[in-house]
Amino acid sequence: MANLIETQDLVKVYNSGDVKVVALNGISLTIDAGGLVAVMGPSGSGKSTLMNILGCLDKPTTGKYFLEGIDIGGLDRDQLAHIRNRKIGFVFQTFNLLARTSALENVELPLIYSGVSTGKRRETAMDALHSVGLSGREDHCPNQLSGGEQQRVAIARALVNFPAIILADEPTGNLDTKSSYEIISIFQKLNIENEITVIIVTHEPDIAAFTRRNIIFRDGKVTEDKIAQKNTSACPGAMR
Amino acid sequence: MFFLSSLKIAFRAIRVQRMRSALTMLGIIIGVGTVIIIINAGSGAKSQIAKQIAGIGSNLLMVFPGSTSSGGVRMGAGTKSTLCIGDAEAIKEACPSVKLVAPTWGGTAHLVFGNQNWSTSVTGTIPDMFQIRNWTLAFGFLFNQRDINTAAKVCILGQIVVENLLGDIDPIGQVIRINKIPFTVIGVLDKKGSSSYGRDQDDSIYVPLSTAQKRLFSTHIPGLVRTIMVQAKSLELMFEAEKEINALLMQRHHIQSGQEKDFTVRNLTEIMSIAQKTANIMSVLLLTIAMISLVVGGIGIMNIMLVSVTERTREIGIRMAVGGRSKDILMQFLIEAIILSLFGGLLGMVLGITACKVIAAVIKWPIPISWEALLLAFVFTGSIGVFFGFYPANKASKLNPIDALRYE
Repeated sequence: MANLIETQDLVKVYNSGDVKVVALNGISLTIDAGGLVAVMGPSGSGKSTLMNILGCLDKPTTGKYFLEGIDIGGLDRDQLAHIRNRKIGFVFQTFNLLARTSALENVELPLIYSGVSTGKRRETAMDALHSVGLSGREDHCPNQLSGGEQQRVAIARALVNFPAIILADEPTGNLDTKSSYEIISIFQKLNIENEITVIIVTHEPDIAAFTRRNIIFRDGKVTEDKIAQKNTSACPGAMR
Repeated sequence: MFFLSSLKIAFRAIRVQRMRSALTMLGIIIGVGTVIIIINAGSGAKSQIAKQIAGIGSNLLMVFPGSTSSGGVRMGAGTKSTLCIGDAEAIKEACPSVKLVAPTWGGTAHLVFGNQNWSTSVTGTIPDMFQIRNWTLAFGFLFNQRDINTAAKVCILGQIVVENLLGDIDPIGQVIRINKIPFTVIGVLDKKGSSSYGRDQDDSIYVPLSTAQKRLFSTHIPGLVRTIMVQAKSLELMFEAEKEINALLMQRHHIQSGQEKDFTVRNLTEIMSIAQKTANIMSVLLLTIAMISLVVGGIGIMNIMLVSVTERTREIGIRMAVGGRSKDILMQFLIEAIILSLFGGLLGMVLGITACKVIAAVIKWPIPISWEALLLAFVFTGSIGVFFGFYPANKASKLNPIDALRYE
């Protein structure tokens, strides 16, 4: 399998006042296309920082990051926006949906920025909502939806542009166990059926257990990188 | 197509914050409304003044008799009869800056026609007066020198007199009685409207000077006149003409310099042009204030947009995360500012036009709505939107996506 993501010695240093915080301290890893990866580690271990860099939201202090062989460090703001729009879908712990905006319009958002016509946009967004099991809820605003449903709207938004990667930063952090399992089963389904690479940041071992590869962080370094022996499905129906 | 989406997004943002948007627009509404009222009412006032200047006659000087004094109590100007036809003729002949001269003599008389009656002012004069005052006839013709020589019993009516006395009857050739003396109507003047001091100029009639002096309001000294209207050859020569008349009349009335004059020369055109200048100055002053209020309105929009950018930092972050480029974000906020100001501008125009109509109805001046002024206001408010919207919009577009997403 081709290297979808390759990082070489990523270092990220935050200057907060006089104190320098090293969030990433030389991260070199590769992630293959089609992977289902969990990034684990305690708070402050640098996993969210890595996600932001992988998602082209942030740039490393030093080191290189190649996405599909493209050196991200050499791109400008608009080119990064284009990559985020076409290749990457984000799912956040706090959902980050637009308030007072319907589920459908939230899902349409990436399509607006990729210049899809109104009719096609609507159709694609409805399909995405359907695939996360939210058909019929498209006119609801985020405050009329449960946490699990909001996260599913966010996933629909992430996948609506058919990205290569979905980056999920603690997607189940604000959800109960049942909703968490639903969300993870959607990720598994997307990974298997749509062949989207899914990278999940979590510190819950039971969530990580549903993935095929676990990367464990501590103090800005990878301390463990293991392939899971057995891949369990969060949802019996999605089991192969 | 993307522009349409931006438009939709902007409209939604405005709708969601209805109250705040309305208050933001208020500055622009008041500013544009004021500009439109001032431009239109100002041009209405100016044309009204111009019309009155034309009505009193161009380059007009009026010579009034001096005041009487009885036992040290001096009465007002015109209370003494010191001017005569001879003075008028002398002015015309001896003053090189003078073009036309018309003496008048008159009073109030009672008119009767059939079973109708009416009281009005009757002025005896010569045909030159109509030329001096730029008055034209609607029907009929003016009296001529022969009518003056023979003190003919002919008269020219103002429109109000025609309405009240004759109604729908064709006035030309009708015989009306002025203080019981029969007069033939030979002409009717065009409508002139009220004068600047509120008198209805159409409520009067005109007869030959000699007729007024001999048949209607007999003078205790023959040839006495009440006023002498003088038209200078040009606006520049008015002061010259005034000086010449003063010198001539002082000589004719045997008044030494330093002694009190028994006549007064008034420059009416000057008074009116001062009124026009005042109106212009007021317009400029009010327009300045209106412009200031427009700029303040624009700053209001900028202020609200800055607050909006801060409040919606997270939204901006989300938009950037899903692929919104800097220029997309810039457009979104810029369009929002432009919509706010243009919409405010439109409401301001409605307000301004309505106010103009109300003012026109109340003060009975025609206030023409100038479409150029409306277009100007529209373009101006649009520019305000761009100008004051750009800074906040630019600020939003320059946000770092990750910082914007993390913003609490």
